[in-house]
Amino acid sequence: MGITKLHGLAIVLTAGITGAIWYHHPFSQASDQKPTASSEDVTNMNQSLCQLSSLLYPEPLLTKPRRRDVLVLTPWLAPIVWEGTFNRDILNAQYMQKNLVTGVVTFAVEKYVQFIKGFMSSANKYFLAGHQVNFYLFTDNPEQISHLQLAPENHLFVIPVQNHTRGQDISLRQMGIISTYIQSRFQYEVDYLYSIDIDVQLVEHVGVEIIDTLVGTISSWHYDTRRESKPYEPRAESRAAVPQGEGDFYYTASFYGGSVAEVYRLTRACFKGILEDRGNGIEARWHDESHLNKYLLEHKPTRLLSPEYCWDAELSRPRIIQGQQLTYLTAGWCFLPCKPWHNVLMKPFRRDNPSGH
Amino acid sequence: MIYRKVLGSFVCLFVVAAFIWIIVGNRKVHYLPYYLPCPEIFSVKLQYTEAKLIQLFPQLFYQQPRVLDPKRQDVLTVTPWLAPIIWEGTFNSEILDSAYRPLNLTIGVTAFAVGKYTRFVGRFLESAEKHFMKGYRVNYYIFTDKPETIPHVQLQPGRRFVFVPIKKYPSWQEISMRRMEAINKHIAETSHQEVDYLFCLDSDMVFHNAWGPETLGDIVAAIHPGYFNVPRSQFPYERRSSSAAYIPDGEGDFYYGGAVFGGLVKKVYEFTKTCHMTILADKANGIMAAWQEESHLNRHFLSNKPTKVLSPEYLWDDRKPKPPVIHLIRFSTVDKNYKEIRD
Repeated sequence: MGITKLHGLAIVLTAGITGAIWYHHPFSQASDQKPTASSEDVTNMNQSLCQLSSLLYPEPLLTKPRRRDVLVLTPWLAPIVWEGTFNRDILNAQYMQKNLVTGVVTFAVEKYVQFIKGFMSSANKYFLAGHQVNFYLFTDNPEQISHLQLAPENHLFVIPVQNHTRGQDISLRQMGIISTYIQSRFQYEVDYLYSIDIDVQLVEHVGVEIIDTLVGTISSWHYDTRRESKPYEPRAESRAAVPQGEGDFYYTASFYGGSVAEVYRLTRACFKGILEDRGNGIEARWHDESHLNKYLLEHKPTRLLSPEYCWDAELSRPRIIQGQQLTYLTAGWCFLPCKPWHNVLMKPFRRDNPSGH
Repeated sequence: MIYRKVLGSFVCLFVVAAFIWIIVGNRKVHYLPYYLPCPEIFSVKLQYTEAKLIQLFPQLFYQQPRVLDPKRQDVLTVTPWLAPIIWEGTFNSEILDSAYRPLNLTIGVTAFAVGKYTRFVGRFLESAEKHFMKGYRVNYYIFTDKPETIPHVQLQPGRRFVFVPIKKYPSWQEISMRRMEAINKHIAETSHQEVDYLFCLDSDMVFHNAWGPETLGDIVAAIHPGYFNVPRSQFPYERRSSSAAYIPDGEGDFYYGGAVFGGLVKKVYEFTKTCHMTILADKANGIMAAWQEESHLNRHFLSNKPTKVLSPEYLWDDRKPKPPVIHLIRFSTVDKNYKEIRD
């Protein structure tokens, strides 16, 4: 019998099926075939880590500290960020691996609206440059905000707030407003949140070295005073009272932040303290800053920013301040009637405030 | 007749082929190395409760920290990625204890005592009882092939002792490298439910001074005592590019010792898994890194930097003279004859 059409068809079919099976499951293991699962996984891991590991930077030397003149680690092992202590490239690479979004909350009420342009343009340029930042601007004058040019990765959200008669009331309500908005909105939009006063201008890059769970900034006026001289609230009736013999640093309310959850706890606790004080007819010496300091004494920050991060331009710069990231705006800084409570913060040794609040 | 047989056989062939296709046709091809011992560890997903953050520091009286008064001016106390480096003088134990004690943590310690290394466990445990995490709950996990040779040590209340049986490999290098796999497997099976933090320590060492909660962190590594004062070009990293532990010239932060590492149990699980995979990748290429798993650990910690670094106080070699920067030796090697115990 010769090869009939049927035979031919059978051979083709067999060859086809066998070929298809072979293509998907070659049963012979070639000796030079590398096991791809483990090396593939390793390659994938290595690729995602490549960015960090291929960074070139000078080596850290264990017996040669970068800053000998200042404290760089608190007794509870929180780093204090000074110029020279960190490598921003490494921190940037770590930050980018985690795909984080940071938010900035700031208030511009009444005459403080004049500072918006200066703040926003400098913050847009210097605050976490290259990373996504959401700016949340609370103002009572949303129409007055002129068009601001922002970097493509940044966003500005203008949120209207109600005006109040006494300029300082907004500072006491700030904490409450922030905590409310975190709960209703910010927690879904950002991972880390920082509250910065509007009347500051960034003059140098403020980068991802500030990103940590709970961050406070050491006040530039009080970084070297003894704890007895620090302007903590002394009266025991206030919720912000810091008893004698206690206190680590004096933190400024102009720049603080952390993870959204921790900032929520902080602002809620401070606002609660403020309301309780108000109920008892007492107001803390430095208002929300006193409550902030009380909170940060009991819930120690996981990272501190040196006074470089919020330097008052009125102060002459000592040698320890090598960077100067933020400075209070001196231009357009009219005295007391414009920013009554802020001026008082600048010079806390002036007890009587003619603005009469 | 023949026609029918042929048709029948083809139908069978077709059915079998279709059957194979349906069952395995859609699966991705996996090439598992034949020697992979427990592939299940690579797919285990563990459920953890989120680590609690330090919440409340109760009222404490202590000396005020002064900004212009650094405690240690002779050494680096913060890495360039802002991780603290723990030296004596940089921390206040009272503050840290006041924060960590209320969290009711359990700290795990793994120590390998295989072959002749079982003779060191007694002294290790006795010294740990005196100095390691006093006041905390501690679980000692002793990985050994001969539990009967481990002497009994009286433990303080709240501390317990668990034997973990493991296989003894023929060469000491193999035993050393298999630690990663063993720790990883043990975490997956047992310790992730029992401890919050886990330290993996060498058993042929002794505690001399306090080792407390200043060492707790997400990912903790210790600096090798032999290389803390030496430029990175002289670190004994693996320098062959064919190895998965390769670190090129000009890269590297510190040389971390393989005798001490740890952190949150979740993080230790992750990095022991990664290290074990890179060790296996090297095995597939027939290469063994210069210092076995220590090289792989260093490679890993270069890309995934530790969140806390322990100074050589926490990993000292008693054969070396004590330099002025080391104020307090907490954990160091026992003098031994390496040739005798390794084989």
